[in-house]
Amino acid sequence: MSESAPDIETTPQFVGKRAVAPRGAAPFRWERKAMGFHSLLVYIFLYAPIVILVAFSFNEAKQTARWEGFTLQWYGRLMENKLILKSMMNSLLVAGTATVVCTLIGTLAALALGRYEFKGKGPTQALLFLPIIIPEIVLGVAMVTFFGVIQMRLSVWTVIISHIVFSVSYVAIVVRARLAGFDRSLEEAAMDLGAGPVQTFFRVTLPLILPGVIAGALLVFTISIDDYVITSFVAGAGATTLPLQIYSMIKVGVTPEVNAISTLLLLFTIVMIIVAQRLQQPPTEKGERK
Amino acid sequence: MSESISVEIREVSKRFGDFVAVDSVSLEIKKGEFFSLLGPSGCGKTTLLRMIGGFELPTAGAIRIGEKDVTHLPPYKRPVNMVFQSYALFPHLAVLDNVAFGLRYKKLSSADAVKKARESLALVRLEGFEDRLPAQLSGGQRQRVALARALAMEPEVLLLDEPLGALDQKLRKEVQLELKNLQRSLGLTFVFVTHDQEEALTMSDRIAVMNQGRVEQLDASHHVFEYPKTEFVAQFMGAPNFFTGVVKSLAEGLLSIGARTESEIRVRARSNSWRPDDAVRFVVRPEKLDLRTKSGTSDGEVSIEVTIEDRVYQGVNTVWVVRSDEGERYTIYEQNDRPFQESSRFRVGGRAFMSWNPRDTVVMEKKENGQLVG
Repeated sequence: MSESAPDIETTPQFVGKRAVAPRGAAPFRWERKAMGFHSLLVYIFLYAPIVILVAFSFNEAKQTARWEGFTLQWYGRLMENKLILKSMMNSLLVAGTATVVCTLIGTLAALALGRYEFKGKGPTQALLFLPIIIPEIVLGVAMVTFFGVIQMRLSVWTVIISHIVFSVSYVAIVVRARLAGFDRSLEEAAMDLGAGPVQTFFRVTLPLILPGVIAGALLVFTISIDDYVITSFVAGAGATTLPLQIYSMIKVGVTPEVNAISTLLLLFTIVMIIVAQRLQQPPTEKGERK
Repeated sequence: MSESISVEIREVSKRFGDFVAVDSVSLEIKKGEFFSLLGPSGCGKTTLLRMIGGFELPTAGAIRIGEKDVTHLPPYKRPVNMVFQSYALFPHLAVLDNVAFGLRYKKLSSADAVKKARESLALVRLEGFEDRLPAQLSGGQRQRVALARALAMEPEVLLLDEPLGALDQKLRKEVQLELKNLQRSLGLTFVFVTHDQEEALTMSDRIAVMNQGRVEQLDASHHVFEYPKTEFVAQFMGAPNFFTGVVKSLAEGLLSIGARTESEIRVRARSNSWRPDDAVRFVVRPEKLDLRTKSGTSDGEVSIEVTIEDRVYQGVNTVWVVRSDEGERYTIYEQNDRPFQESSRFRVGGRAFMSWNPRDTVVMEKKENGQLVG
């Protein structure tokens, strides 16, 4: 029973005697070419530095901007660098913990905001989403001041707490978006068939919002693992994360080693974002993802 | 409470803020009955059904199912199941898992649950679809999965919330008959919500016509069709032909009504509360009206002179719209395979006599204060 609307792309539309081109296409050839050229410039501007960074991570020369041959040695060196390995462990601990905590809190917040009408819902919502808008530098100063006031020594834990603060909103937003298209009668049907509220949540609600929850979690992990600004304020001794480590290495000079670790971080982030994006795609009307 | 009562609704009301969705409704649904709640959107029929299912709690009143007061029980503790308007199939579960979803709460072994689910699917003729996801089914198939899922639970009462609304006309007619047969063969109590009077008439044993949160009329379905008690019901049942008259006399169960007709109309009085000079409203179904060139008083027929305003050919019928000299509009159906004797002599703008057999006069219930509005 699929009532399909007439396909806009394949239905020629005529206005007067001239056929109107499908939406979005430029009417003349040279315009299309100019636009293509313009796009190319934009992409070069955006991505050239990154391409260079990646390319030089495979460059044999040390500390020169000249290509001297392909090598993987810098990646091998990374694995022997204790400082980098330690900072990587720190980053994984921070991002991992923040992800678990944020996913729990964010999902519950999304459920509450999406489901119930309560007093102060508007302000609660605004406050929850504020950390996304507040400049990082402000949040960093605020956090370090706060830890000072409550006399908490800066450590890896202060980093974790800070990361939770600025990431929890992302989960809440992503899960809420997923809930927006949720058919409540599915939960009613589950209860109608004998499932109590808890069973209904685990057998129907959670499986259906799970893509949103996972997407939110991946987003948090990505944001947390590459945060520099806030971390630099609240990291205590021995709590150096990967971005902090890279920055301190750059102060000495950009080495191919830095390029290598940056490339790895880039690759990792891209994969995470792609997976998160895919999971975030709204379900189709029939409840299936494309 | 009598054994044969399946659902008892006692003075149930439901308010949403200032809005009264259901206004002190009382009714009883018999065991094994196909019972329809019929009315326009917003009349409270769905809210009433949802209160039986436990998805809404009444603001006042009580609901019993069988011997049990369920007024405040949650849905998962009620012996009823629902077929939702949107079907509400779990999109992440295959057809078989959808149907078996509730069986695990019935303390069946998983083998028995699967067996039961398969039986239920066989009942709606969906064998071979067990492993499909709901998204891979047509609308009609999804509707049947929803039905199988509810039936597998062996409910005391099956609730159906406009389950055929999303199907196309032809399929809907088929499913109506199937559903009716299924209900009869299982001997189950069905409570069916619809806004389609034809659908309700096709399937129901009894119909409660609802309007603005109240039950306007509760009767056997043919009775609701033939003897509407109120103007609302008459209109809803497709008989929008209203006349005003005055009671002349009441004798031997016959009501004599004076209207702007050539003669008095004598009809069987279905209530003995009528008094002479009471104002009375009555209705005649469009298919019971005839058009003549002369006032036909020969065989006791009643007639009234009208102006023809419009004629619309509709295949089986031709619809005539006429207006009386008082300005009231009437609709007349002429069956095209049995046309009016003088059909060819009528034209739009011309005069004619609209006549009917007094037997076909349906008198509206007497209003409480004997006064007529309008």
